[in-house]
Amino acid sequence: MIKKIQIKDLTVNYGSKDVIHSLNLDIYQNEILAIIGPANSGKSSLLKCLNRMTDFNNSARITGDILLDDESIYKDEDSTFLRRRIGMVSPLPVGLPMTIKENVTYAPRMAGCKDPAELDAIMEDCLKKAALWDEVKDRLNTLATKLSGGQQQRLTIARALSHHPEVLCLDEFSIAIDPVTTMKIEAVLNELKKNITIVMVTNVINQAKRLGDRTAMMLHGKILDLNTNERIFGGEVTDIRTKDYIEGLFG
Amino acid sequence: MEAKIATEINSAPLEWRQRKSKKPLSEKIIEGLIKGGGFSSIVFILAILFFILKEAYPFLVGAFDFKEFFFSTEWNPASVVKIKYGTFAILVGTLMVTVLSMLIAVPLGLACAFYISEFCSPRLRETYKILIEFLAAIPSVVWGFVAIMMINPLIINLFDVPIGLNILNASIILALMSLPLIVSVGEDALRAVPESYREAAEAMGATKWEVATRVLLPAAKNGLMAAALLGVGRALGETMAVLMATGHAIQIPDSIFEPGRTLTATIAAELGESPKGGEHYQALFAIGLMLFIISFIVNVSADYLIRGRRK
Amino acid sequence: MFRPSHELTKKELKEKNYQNLLSTITFFLFMPALIIIFLLFLKGYPALSWDFIFQDPINGMTAGGIFPTIVGTFWLVIISVIVSCPLGVIAAIYLSEYAADNKLNRMIRLAILNLAGVPSIVHALFGLGAFVLFLNMGTSILAASFTLAVMNLPVIITSTLESLQSVPLSYREASWNVGASKLQTIRHIVLPNSIPGILTGLVFSVGRSAGETAAILFTGVAFYLPFLPKSVFDQCMSLSMHLFTISTQVVGVPDAYPFATALVLILLILSVNSISVGLRYYFRTRRKW
Repeated sequence: MIKKIQIKDLTVNYGSKDVIHSLNLDIYQNEILAIIGPANSGKSSLLKCLNRMTDFNNSARITGDILLDDESIYKDEDSTFLRRRIGMVSPLPVGLPMTIKENVTYAPRMAGCKDPAELDAIMEDCLKKAALWDEVKDRLNTLATKLSGGQQQRLTIARALSHHPEVLCLDEFSIAIDPVTTMKIEAVLNELKKNITIVMVTNVINQAKRLGDRTAMMLHGKILDLNTNERIFGGEVTDIRTKDYIEGLFG
Repeated sequence: MEAKIATEINSAPLEWRQRKSKKPLSEKIIEGLIKGGGFSSIVFILAILFFILKEAYPFLVGAFDFKEFFFSTEWNPASVVKIKYGTFAILVGTLMVTVLSMLIAVPLGLACAFYISEFCSPRLRETYKILIEFLAAIPSVVWGFVAIMMINPLIINLFDVPIGLNILNASIILALMSLPLIVSVGEDALRAVPESYREAAEAMGATKWEVATRVLLPAAKNGLMAAALLGVGRALGETMAVLMATGHAIQIPDSIFEPGRTLTATIAAELGESPKGGEHYQALFAIGLMLFIISFIVNVSADYLIRGRRK
Repeated sequence: MFRPSHELTKKELKEKNYQNLLSTITFFLFMPALIIIFLLFLKGYPALSWDFIFQDPINGMTAGGIFPTIVGTFWLVIISVIVSCPLGVIAAIYLSEYAADNKLNRMIRLAILNLAGVPSIVHALFGLGAFVLFLNMGTSILAASFTLAVMNLPVIITSTLESLQSVPLSYREASWNVGASKLQTIRHIVLPNSIPGILTGLVFSVGRSAGETAAILFTGVAFYLPFLPKSVFDQCMSLSMHLFTISTQVVGVPDAYPFATALVLILLILSVNSISVGLRYYFRTRRKW
């Protein structure tokens, strides 16, 4: 198996306390890695490190290294290209205050794509993947902020796909959407993993069970357990707290 | 539909997707400009200090006499016999006008802030806020004109005094001028008190009035003091209106019905006539320096009251 | 049956009285302003005519019109806005998007605060020392406009900053997330959504410059000029200064003349401010989020 991302001895703190403490993790190509764990255990911060969103936080202190395709993501000073390689879906839907079409084509346009035909193709493709096309195809020029929460979340996913990422990170993407749409998107993710790598933070343990190839359990900025789904959900854990969390005893 | 989903994410290499954008030069230049522009206010505040100091410097090291400048009532810069630069009378005039106007404006303005923030309907509040803005927009020269044309005859008739252009007139005008500032800063201070304070007090059966006096007043104390202080700053710095309203006489006023003059008005009235680079001219810059320092102190303390304590 | 006790009604009555007192105070505070504007109308309106607006002052400024003063005010306001607007917006962008929350940033904020609080006559002294003398602009429209621009800078910075910061952080993050650079995010996300606030502040500062007198006293405005300015290096007359002159310095002016001048000035500023208020309401209803 090819290692797509290698996290080496990563430590993150925002001023006082370590949010992530000397964490090591390999993510393989074309897998879905689910990360579970109670709130404040550093899951979202880990995702933010992957695409260097921490650059925008002045108080963030980071040590260690992250390799993407065996190259440090910190190699270039400019991180915009890195963010094009890694798609990010935040927990709360964000429709940018522009039309639906402009939202989905935003990333390619910012990257310098000017061809209208290509932009249209990307838009249709991404909206279909995010299971939103049928609902919005007749009103592509309305404001994205007028969409419902669930629709905006799928728009966020479409936008994250629009720059053709190699890795897609989803941070509790199903928080704002209904079960039917969640199932639709989960189907899409299963389809997408043939070509890209997916890292998924989730609070829904069943979602990790359904979707993941491997699951990692995080607590207090450390990884307690990391194994294939069969083993981890089959009770083969190294730390008893993982078992307790999966069985709903704490969290 | 599911079948149609295109999955060839990386198979078709898109030209723009592969392009490793280096930050273009134009972007670097613009970001440099932005960072430079950020400091413009510091540059200007220092430049103001520098240029005023520069013009006032020869006077400060020359004819300036501390005792005379601050404690003599004689301001005779153009005298042939004995040139004197005493600002005491002017300082007293400034102080009288400021204090009197604040005695009028602060209680009324804060009462008004309380009403607008706590008691009136949202609709009425919007109306009042627009009115406040319009009031704040009236230029000082128009206020000065009003002082001459309207308040002046009013004072003469009402109090039966020979001149209506006096300390009282200027104070009334200044009070009206600084009201919008006091009201809006005071209202901000009241709004900054968390809603939970009000709810907690009301849950215990306090009436709105009790909430206002027992809860909000102490909680917003600093902000309200800052409002008053900013009003003082406004009154001290006002020029045209007081120049027109005070009567601009160089004397220590015995009562509020006598004319006086202020620091700002002195500069405005005399700088045009004083020869550039002369001693009189430099002395006026020294007064400007004094005003700058006073306004600096007032503003920094108001900022401290609003921000400093909250942390 | 439950009846409110005597004590409670007394308390309620007291409460009512206090509220009435406050509302009366507030109402009467705004009365003078309204009366003043009403009187300006009453006394100035008869003298107001197209001739008054489009003719030169004659007979030692005791009669005629105010045309050159309007032209002068127009020059001053336009140039000062052209100078202060880009500078102010840039400074606000720096503070909102780039500056870290540190000592330097606090110093900049304090500088803005002080710049806003410096008396206008001190600005005039600065304009005289820096623009007229040091930069050798002479008493000219340019020097006066620059002085006004420095005065308006904090107003524009503050209003722009407020509107930049009203754009939610999540929008910026969403834009960064898809690989847009910081500057692209500012240009495509932050600025378009804060145009209303910027515009409001801009219009507001136009109104302020139009009425300002002290700051332009020694920097570029003349009591009287027999001709219109031909370039920015000429002096000019201004509406506000003209009002000062004819109501204090010139003897034998019929009352109606300064009243009409004051009325024109007030109308000009109030209409500019109405635009500002109107813009704010218009944009508030069309807010995209």
